[in-house]
Formats: sequence, C-alpha cells, structure tokens
Amino acid sequence: MVKSKKVLFWLVAMLGMFFLGVVSQSSGLIDDFFYYWEDIVYLSVQHMQLSAISGSAAIVLAVPLGIWLSRPACKRFAEPMMQVLNIGTTVPTLAILALSMSFLGIGATPAVFALCIATLLPIVRNTYVGLLAVPDHLKEAANGMGMTPGQILLRVEIPNALYVIFAGIRTALTINVGTVPLAFLIGGGGLGELIFTGIDLDEMPMLLAGAIPTSLLAVLVDISVGILAFFIVPKGVNPLRMNT
Amino acid sequence: MIQLENLTKIFETPDGVVTAADNINMTVPQGEICVLLGPSGCGKTTTLKMLNRIIPPTSGRVMINGEDTSTLDTISLRRNIGYVIQQIGLFPNMTIAENISIVPRLLGWDKKRYLARAEELLAMVALEPKTFMQRYPRELSGGQQQRVGVIRALAADPPVMLMDEPFGAIDPINREVIQDEFLKMQEELQKTILFVSHDIDEAVKMADKVAIFNAGKLIQFDSPDALLAHPCNKFVEDFVGTDRTLKRLRLAKVADVMTPAPTPVKPDDDLQTALQIMQNNDYVAVTMVDTLGRPIGSITRDLATAKRGRCGDHFYGLRAIARVDDDLRSVASAMFSKDTTWMPCVDDEGIFRGEISQRGVTHYLGATYRSREAQQTGVQHGEV
Repeated sequence: MVKSKKVLFWLVAMLGMFFLGVVSQSSGLIDDFFYYWEDIVYLSVQHMQLSAISGSAAIVLAVPLGIWLSRPACKRFAEPMMQVLNIGTTVPTLAILALSMSFLGIGATPAVFALCIATLLPIVRNTYVGLLAVPDHLKEAANGMGMTPGQILLRVEIPNALYVIFAGIRTALTINVGTVPLAFLIGGGGLGELIFTGIDLDEMPMLLAGAIPTSLLAVLVDISVGILAFFIVPKGVNPLRMNT
Repeated sequence: MIQLENLTKIFETPDGVVTAADNINMTVPQGEICVLLGPSGCGKTTTLKMLNRIIPPTSGRVMINGEDTSTLDTISLRRNIGYVIQQIGLFPNMTIAENISIVPRLLGWDKKRYLARAEELLAMVALEPKTFMQRYPRELSGGQQQRVGVIRALAADPPVMLMDEPFGAIDPINREVIQDEFLKMQEELQKTILFVSHDIDEAVKMADKVAIFNAGKLIQFDSPDALLAHPCNKFVEDFVGTDRTLKRLRLAKVADVMTPAPTPVKPDDDLQTALQIMQNNDYVAVTMVDTLGRPIGSITRDLATAKRGRCGDHFYGLRAIARVDDDLRSVASAMFSKDTTWMPCVDDEGIFRGEISQRGVTHYLGATYRSREAQQTGVQHGEV
C-alpha cells in the first residue's frame, strides 16, 4: 500500500517535470537560459570559491570555539557567550554585509568575512551542545581508566558528538551557499550578479540563470555533507547506519 | 592489598561544610572482596572514588600494595586500577574489541597482544569472541554489556579493582547469574576488590569483608557472618534487617554443617542391623544406600523396632537430598517445602556423604553467640 503510493508520487512528479520542460522549451525559456551559459559557469566558480573560503574558515573557527566553550573551565561564561552568538544570528545577513563593508570596503574580502560570521553560529552551537550531550558516565569511565583530558576529547567526546556537529555544519554550509548571492551587493561577485541584475532589468531568464544554479549548488552541498557524515561518524553512534 | 589511613573528604557546599568521608581506616588483604555498604549519601561512593582520585581526598592516605598512591601521578595510578561503574560506560562509538583494548592501548601494548587479550577475556565470560569483537555496545543486551564492562576493567590485569554498584542496573535474575560468574572468575584472578553496594544480600553474597557506612563514618568492618551475627549498633542492626540470621544461612555450606560419613545400611541388611547402628551411634534414623553408595531411602528407629525383615522391604522414601556444596539457605528451603527436618547429603557424583538436620543447622548458627557469650562471661560452656 505504502509502496504503491510512493510509486504514484514519483510518477506524478516526473510527469510534472516533463510538462514543465515542454512548456519552458516551447516558450523559448531554455534557449534564453543557455544564452547566459558562459556567465553561469564563470559566476558559479566564483560563487563556490566564496562559499568554500567563508565556509571552511567558519568551520575552522567554530569547531574549536564550540569545543572550548564546552570545557568545564568555561562553564561559567559558556551560556552567556552562546546567548551573544544567538543574538548574532538574529542580525540579518544583509546587515552584517553592510557593516562589514563599512569596515573593510567593497569586494570579496568583506563578503567572505560577513559570510563567515553568518555561518559560524550553527556550527558553534551544535559543537557545544553535541559535546555537552555526551553522557557524564562516559566521561567518568574514560577518566577512571586513566585517559588524559585530550584523549577523552578525541576518543570519546568528539566521536560521540560528531553526528550533531555534522548536522550543524550541514545546515550552516547550505545556508551559506544560499546567502552568497547577497555578496554581489557589496561587490563580492558570485551568482547574485545574475539574480539582482535580472531583477533590476525585469529579465526573467537572467534571474533564473542565477537562481537555479544557486539552488542546485545548495542542494549539492547539503547532499555531499550528508554523505560525508554518513561515512565519517562512527558506525556505533551513527543513526543513519544503525541497521546496517 | 589496599590500606586506607584516616582518609577524609570534606566538601565545601553553599549550604556549609559537608564531611562526606570522616577518617576512614581499613585494610583489605590481597585477593579479597570488600563491599562498601550503606544507604545513599553515606560516603561509600566518595570513599571508593578517592582511591583513583576521581574525587581528590582532603586528607589521609591510600596505600596500594604498600605504596602510597599520592606519590604516583593520577593518570598512571588510574591505568593500574580497574574501574567499573553502574552505568557500565561502554563507549558507543567503539566496537567491543576497541572498548576492551582501551587501557592496554593506553599502556602501549602492541596490537597483536591487546587483541589476543580481548579474545581471551570475552571467552572468559562466555561471549563468543568471533561474534562479539566487532559488535557495537548498542547491539548487546544489558547483561552482556555489563560483562564487557567488567572484563574491560580487567584488560590490563590490574591488581586492584574498584566497582561502583556494578550490577545495580541489571534485572534480578541476570544479576544472580553475573554475580556467580564474577565470583568464579575472582576465585582464579584473586584481585583485591572494593565494591560499592546498597544491597545487603549482594554484600553477603560477594564479600569477604563488609564495611558499613553511615553519614560519612565507617561504622563496622567485619566478615559478613560476623556482621549479621553481631551488628555493632542499632543502625547496623536495622540496616541488615530483622531476618539477619536467615541471611547467614547463605554463608554456610552443607559440608560445614552436616554430620560427615555416618554409617549407612544396604537394602539386603536386616532391620536389626539398622536398629543396632542407630542405638550405637544415637541416631534417630539411618540412610539406606544402593550398591554404588547413592542414598535411596531411610529407616527410622520406630520402623526398625516395629517391623521384622530386610531393610529393602521396609523403608521410607527420601523427601529431599542436599548436595554438599549447597548453601544452608537452599537446604532450609527444601526442609520447609518438603516438611522434613533431616536430609542425606550427596557429592557431585550423587554418592552419600553425610546427613544434615534442622537441629544441626540451628546449632551451627547459634555457635557464634555461645562462643561470644563464653568470651564475655569467661565461663566455659560444655557442648550443648
């Protein structure tokens, strides 16, 4: 019963896709879209560079920060610090970009900086929460067996929090890819150039030439981080591999 | 050997100073299990955790095999003490083999050696190594996890083990099984073990020595039998329960109490012979055995006096038979359920070895009171 419903769903979805294709082909949308192919390729590369640099910088900063905040020595100010970071996320990315521009001028550098800041929080929070959620008795057992604090962190705490940490990275990077178009507004480049120019000129194919690759990239990043997590998170604590 | 000297822990809490352990002195000889017993908050767990400095002592000394542990660094001290906690604490991200190998790897054993050790230990608790080495903790039942928790602590063969309510989270049936397994292992391994429990029955079963704690103080440190027979104050008396003498039944084996090797009769013997044996030895009844020496029936004095002929034609069937390595609790239980006050005892092969009677059991349990009384009053009592 459930299976036949699933099959039906896919059939309808594929049919819908097919008709969408037929309509866009007949209206000339696809030809117009490919008119921008060179721009799409060039700007996509730029887009990915912005994402990759700001995203990896965010991971490199956020994971250690999350680890540090989860240490018992930071107990007193970890929560207030998380609150500050929380307020940080409520500030719109556009505002961060504007602020960043007023300090660093225009171009790719302020864009990367702002994107990095905007991406930071979900990773810090998940790292912090994931590490705190490791049961105390595991830490006590590790401690009682004579592991050093570093060994406890690397062999017990991080492996057991890795699934949650990866969830944070996945969310953050997906949002990051979707936010990069805003970088165009401060001269950062990327697929935002096609989107915003398309809006300004009321040029639907141009807008789509920016929007569709952006969405595809976001989905692609989401899937790749998901696959990465599937293989990196230890089998014993990986809910995706519980039955394999 | 573990020696605690004036071990004290004082916690500074917002509500004031709390003395969790107050000048604890005790000595646990090599190869013995000492159970730390008491209600929650009595200081038993604090005392245990001061040994591997999970809780640093405020003052006092811990000596392990004559060595003052405060001279050792915390990390190597802990690697040389097996530690089992109630929540088991197997690491879910590691396989069973990896879990067991943790301390050996920390100590720098090579791979071949620690894997061989893991296999050996799994086999010791009857978990098939081939099946379990590569499994993850979540794939094991609670009882299996607890067994792995215990062998993980044994992995590097530490001389001393600390066990914090290790069997507390297991259902009663499995707990009995694991306790028995553990005692069997301990017979071979001869570790010096400190074991925290709040269950008097577990303590009586496992302990060579019991240390009863209350409000941070060590109240009584004694063998389980002495503790049950002679609680030193009202607190201990209440804690061990009103049925404390019944609990002592578990501590004695049939072999300790039975009348060894009384003369039996054969089915071909005349009833007169049986009567003769009873009169000569002052027995109320005599056991009849077959040619292999297995008990098959009993002849009472009344029967032998009233009837004439061969024993094999006039005897009572056996209501119950005790085994020499049974504890007295199961004997008492059999006596009550079978309505008898007398049982023949057999060894593992079923050969007749002795007889046990209700009188013998009560006499055995009472002996400690009589000797204590004799010491106190200085009066020599004859055999009662």
